[in-house]
Amino acid sequence: MIELRHISKVFPTAEGELRALDDINLIIRDGDVFGIVGMSGAGKSTLVRCINLLERPTQGQVLIDGQDLCALPERELIRKRRSIAMIFQQFNLLMQRTCLKNICFPMEIAGVKPAQARQRALEYLDIVGLPDKAGAYPAQLSGGQRQRIAIARALASDPKILLCDEATSALDPKTTRDILRLIQDINRRLGITVVVITHEMGVVEEICSHVAILDHGVLQEAGTVEEIFSNPKTEAGRRLVYPDGVAIDQLPATNVIRVAFQGGSSYEPLIASLAIDCGVKANILGADTRNVNGQAFGSMLLGLPDDPDQIARAMNYIKNQPNVTVEEVGEGHG
Amino acid sequence: MDKFWNDLAEVFASDRYLEEFLTGTWESLYSTVIATVVAFLLGLALAVLLVAGERSGVRPLPGPLMKVVNILINILRSVPFLILMLFVTPLSLILLGTQIGTVASIPPLVVAAAPFVARLVETSLREVDPGVIEAAQAMGCTPFQIIRKVILPECLPSLISCFTTAFITILGYGAMAGAIGGGGLGKIAINYGYHRYNLAVCLVATVLIVILVQIAQAIGSYLSARVDHQGKTRKVRYRVRLNDPARQEETT
Repeated sequence: MIELRHISKVFPTAEGELRALDDINLIIRDGDVFGIVGMSGAGKSTLVRCINLLERPTQGQVLIDGQDLCALPERELIRKRRSIAMIFQQFNLLMQRTCLKNICFPMEIAGVKPAQARQRALEYLDIVGLPDKAGAYPAQLSGGQRQRIAIARALASDPKILLCDEATSALDPKTTRDILRLIQDINRRLGITVVVITHEMGVVEEICSHVAILDHGVLQEAGTVEEIFSNPKTEAGRRLVYPDGVAIDQLPATNVIRVAFQGGSSYEPLIASLAIDCGVKANILGADTRNVNGQAFGSMLLGLPDDPDQIARAMNYIKNQPNVTVEEVGEGHG
Repeated sequence: MDKFWNDLAEVFASDRYLEEFLTGTWESLYSTVIATVVAFLLGLALAVLLVAGERSGVRPLPGPLMKVVNILINILRSVPFLILMLFVTPLSLILLGTQIGTVASIPPLVVAAAPFVARLVETSLREVDPGVIEAAQAMGCTPFQIIRKVILPECLPSLISCFTTAFITILGYGAMAGAIGGGGLGKIAINYGYHRYNLAVCLVATVLIVILVQIAQAIGSYLSARVDHQGKTRKVRYRVRLNDPARQEETT
């Protein structure tokens, strides 16, 4: 279990202090695939580097299985890092070593015998699906292949935790999906806890079980992907989940409600039944639905007629539908 | 002009000159090789100190120490070589028991070249991708492991280039050392050309130095390209493309 307690990180800059992280509290349980999303500059990369103390937080504690990393002496911290693997956007492979030697690297560091390291490296090459690239140099590989080698190298230290820092952001959509599949597969087969840093909701949608939303160094909300996607509670959350749908700032109507679909019911004819069963003619102002882990999630903004009676009826009707929540959207905030 | 042609003819005809040039070339070569190896090792150590020891380096060292090292290197680099050589000759006396001759010119060459090599190597060490160093830190490398297993191997091709440049520079310095008691081709060029107005001998000695430089550069460039797997140099990239036609479209 990874537990972040009151993590703050302040960078001194020429223009004064820059507060990159502000009192972050987060729990990531063993076996989770935990997404940390935010726009660029939100502090995601700093946060993930606080987990293995590549960045030392200005304040707070980083507990891994109850052990406070910040309190460890340098030597033990270095040892501890060997159980926390990391992959990067730019892969960061050693360009002058072959793929096999790259995968051997963490074992070499940890003092594994060369013959044994080689043996295991070949197995990891197999796991990531590149058994024929042992003798190739990274420069000879495509981006997706390089990331596979980086993943194999990450696995070679036999980690409990895998940190992915924008690991698919430099890849094309198809390769991204393949790499995400591989990470998911590793999580399921080897039980490695995965922390995914990304600015793409698609990545979270694809593999994460939990997600935290970070904005300007502040943790806005965290929860299961289902919760956050069906009904983001904060502005930052909504901006990320529905980036171009449902911006209600420009809507004139005051009688706006947000209907959130939470699994399965996205494609039922709710609006039609609302009109037929209650006689309320709702106007769809915006809608966005997503498919998360095989279930449909989405939210829809409806404009209702200017009649308190009809509004009450409509609210009542929707509230009684399964897997749907509804809330009135007041003026000016969303 | 007639004197020049006569002299030149004599250079090629006489065994005495042949022997002198052979000895000179040999002296230049071995003093340069020894001086380069020692200066390179010293310079490499200094460069590692500069890069690893700075505030954002892998093993930060106290600021004042770094400042002293920096200033020392700058001072040694700014003193003209001939002057430095005069200052350092007592060192030769202490180390080798003599102040004149080819061997005696080695310590001043080392002292003059090591700071230069340090700056040269420093630049190439800084070119190692910080991301790769970060990855190594994340994997639990000690600072020493990062230097030995990441930074140095990753810039091996450029270290070889540095070595080549150092060799050529020291060869030039060595020729200058000929003016004040050093041996080698430089001594021949100065003794005959400057002191005896025998321009033909001077010319041949100079041509020999040029040839040595060309050979050194060719070997250095070849080795550097040979060990580089990053595909930076044209030759290697070409070879890679030949092996793997799919590479071109994949790397975009």
